[in-house]
Amino acid sequence: MSNPLVDMQKPDVIFCIGTNMTECHPVAATGIKKALAKGARMIVADPRRIRLAELADLYLPIRVGSDVALLLGMAHVISREGLADEAFIAERTTGSEEFRKHLEQFTPEWAAEITGVNAADIEQAALLYAGAERGAIYYTLGITEHICGVDNVKSLCNLALMTGHIGREGTGINPLRGQNNIQGAGDSGAIPANYPGFQPVVDPANQAKFRKLYGREIPAEVGITKVTALDRCGEQIRAMIIDGENTLVSDPDRKHCQHALESLDHLVVIDLFLTETGELADVVFPAAGFGETDGTCANTERRVQRLRAAVTPHGQAKPDWWIISQLARRLGIDGFEYESARDVFNELCDLSPIYAGLDWDLVENGEYQWPVPERGHPGTPILHEGEFENGRGIFSVLSYRDPAETIDDEYPVWLTTGRRLESYHTRTQSGRAHGIDYLLSEETLEVHPDDVSAWGLEDAGWCELASRRGAVRVKVQATDRSPRGTVFCSFSFNDVPVNILTGSGYDPVTQTAELKVCPVRISKA
Amino acid sequence: MIEKDDSRTMILDGVEVSFTPGETIYEVASRSPGEIPTLCYDKRLDPFGGCRLCVVEVEGVRNPVASCTTPASEGMEVRTSTEAIDEHRRILLELVASENRQIDVDPLRGYASQELTELVDRYEARTGRFEGARSGSSRTDDDNPFILRDYDLCISCYRCVRVCAEEEGDHAINVLNRGFETRISTEFDGSLKDSDCTFCGQCVQTCPTGALGDRKAMRYEGEPGNIEKTRPICPYCGVGCSIDVMTRDDRIIGVQPAMDGPANLGALCIKGQFAYDFVQHPDRLSTPLIRGEDGELHEATWDEALDRAAAGFKEALEKHGAESVYGVASGRAPNEAAYTMQKFIRAGFGTNQIDNCSRA
Ligand code: SF4
Ligand code: SF4
Ligand code: FES
Repeated sequence: MSNPLVDMQKPDVIFCIGTNMTECHPVAATGIKKALAKGARMIVADPRRIRLAELADLYLPIRVGSDVALLLGMAHVISREGLADEAFIAERTTGSEEFRKHLEQFTPEWAAEITGVNAADIEQAALLYAGAERGAIYYTLGITEHICGVDNVKSLCNLALMTGHIGREGTGINPLRGQNNIQGAGDSGAIPANYPGFQPVVDPANQAKFRKLYGREIPAEVGITKVTALDRCGEQIRAMIIDGENTLVSDPDRKHCQHALESLDHLVVIDLFLTETGELADVVFPAAGFGETDGTCANTERRVQRLRAAVTPHGQAKPDWWIISQLARRLGIDGFEYESARDVFNELCDLSPIYAGLDWDLVENGEYQWPVPERGHPGTPILHEGEFENGRGIFSVLSYRDPAETIDDEYPVWLTTGRRLESYHTRTQSGRAHGIDYLLSEETLEVHPDDVSAWGLEDAGWCELASRRGAVRVKVQATDRSPRGTVFCSFSFNDVPVNILTGSGYDPVTQTAELKVCPVRISKA
Repeated sequence: MIEKDDSRTMILDGVEVSFTPGETIYEVASRSPGEIPTLCYDKRLDPFGGCRLCVVEVEGVRNPVASCTTPASEGMEVRTSTEAIDEHRRILLELVASENRQIDVDPLRGYASQELTELVDRYEARTGRFEGARSGSSRTDDDNPFILRDYDLCISCYRCVRVCAEEEGDHAINVLNRGFETRISTEFDGSLKDSDCTFCGQCVQTCPTGALGDRKAMRYEGEPGNIEKTRPICPYCGVGCSIDVMTRDDRIIGVQPAMDGPANLGALCIKGQFAYDFVQHPDRLSTPLIRGEDGELHEATWDEALDRAAAGFKEALEKHGAESVYGVASGRAPNEAAYTMQKFIRAGFGTNQIDNCSRA
């Protein structure tokens, strides 16, 4: 997030797109509800009539995967109506002329055609957002889990740059991260392109730095992503270590994934439970998890906070860092003589520019949001104040692309996936909590009541859902949260493995899977 | 104290103190020693002025005023504790206490559940002089596994209703006024499950009497031993709520929100509040496992498992080169896990064959 969570109470216009925040980030959503109570107005763009849509002043029921078209249409209106913040554009950005020229073709009527939202509403959304004193954008996986995920995010940046709704209190571009430490995993360098602290591996200076630190040459070549690695299992990739991820259930195209992991010579899994992925491993290590280990993590607003052990780890479970260090030592790799999480974190701070001003003791009370470039620095709650990281904000010239697969006669219905309030991910954790079944005991497919009858289904009856990759059986739930022609299902229940169906494509840049869009066929089962 | 232009002063129990316009007497006083008792006050909520326990004397004003709703003003002279005020508070507490079936409740019921008990003891108000008039009767019919609705203990402070509206933004519960009867209810007067309730637990944690109770924690009510609290971060979404894990004898018995957690300021959702049983669940892996000759996974010692894991990587390295080894870090494990994983790959194999699970 460019801005802190407390800022969610401060905008006068809120634009939520591709986020089911009240269910996936309920505590963050309370901030938005407070802003609304103070009179803020809200635009919500989402294919489903989620709770947030009901709280909105303007709801845009866009077709799944059409976000870029909507955002281009809005940018067109802002430019045409002279609502752009010219002073901000002149002072802080570059590339606006070419961008605005490019925008001329994307009228709201054009966007209406693609998104299914009427042109007048697209215009109104643009006027509302651009006319705000403090306009803030919030999004989640509904924006990134597409083949055009990067274009979606860039389109949001374009809007913020045009209107100057960035770098100030109560504004910004704010992705809400889905997992407790997904931010920290990136911060810590677990990405193929960057050393810890987002230091690019292709930069010779960083290479020299880490050659010295790690005592060996590491090529300036970016590694392959996990998605590519799975594609190359059994060929280039022979041995894999997976920590805390039930890849088989959470990743798209389960059959492909299972085949990939099975074709490895060697698979090591570290987890709390014996997951479906662990079942395929050669070695499984029991990890100490939440409530059992000390450590640090970084939240969606870049706040670095401490984890603390409350109880002794279950059985012989050990902290992840200990397991990996022991493994490294057995392979004769130097530099793994850690005695505590504290040792590891302090080393990370020493070599990461964004954590440079921190250490284990300083993060005790979670006061710091990175970057904290040096000791005594107060942290950076709001990014891009005064200047962007690389100087000027750059407008991205981009166009709309169809999803990897679109509906046709054979697969005429859009399936979109997500999470529910009471469950989380593959339910290895939430599914084992006493009482959760009282609220959510099984997965259902949300179908518009008119479609239920038009397709010959029955509310609470079974249906078969098929895509080009496979089929699953699931119970039907008639609800007008789903628009006509689009159905919804979560991937939380193992007996409804929807990720057998998904996986039609990947974003070419980030290789994030298109989990949000998948054409399917539905029949009574 | 930095002298700001808008800073004013008043006299509190004979001492000059400064304040900023807009602050209530209670807010000013809470910075000084001497504690004004409150029951309907929760600092996150709009002042309500319902319980009258926080009254103070103001020089020149005939009747005592509620300090939680009265703004401080320049030159105001306030006495927070006099014989008359203390007597007023004691009688009020006696009245409140007599309404309730029970004063003492297990602290596992909720974060604020001891507030009434503590005040009754502080003011020695446990007399039973008054015949009680009940504020509500318990909803034994609501069988949800999370929230006990024991309204026999309700004192009508409406903190629950206000926290639900103002903090959770949900309006799942409200005050139902019907003739002489005033009580807390959902829209259709049914169970919470059939209301807009999200089971965030915020009402439970603000209730000062234990009328609302954390049913999951209450499974361990009355067991011997002290409750310890430890503060990690919630293991679910990326908001990063601080929570206080309650343990007794190395067992997790409940969770309460950290009121000063920087990301959540006392709020939690159903997952952070109630979905912690996985930690000490019998399904947890308790030993390393190794795949045997028979193709099945078998329990193994750490030494065996580490040796086997290391051997597999060594073999891949020797036969297929460094690029053939790949690491996937977790988005749910701590920074230290991700950091050591990337170092394992970079320092161990000299490649950038590392990623995390954010792509799925
Ligand atoms: S249930 Fe508790 S919080 Fe709600 S009004 Fe009664 S005493 Fe107050
Ligand atoms: S649990 Fe949360 S949503 Fe439900 S009544 Fe209490 S405060 Fe409201
Ligand atoms: S605390 Fe002031 S009236 Fe209740």
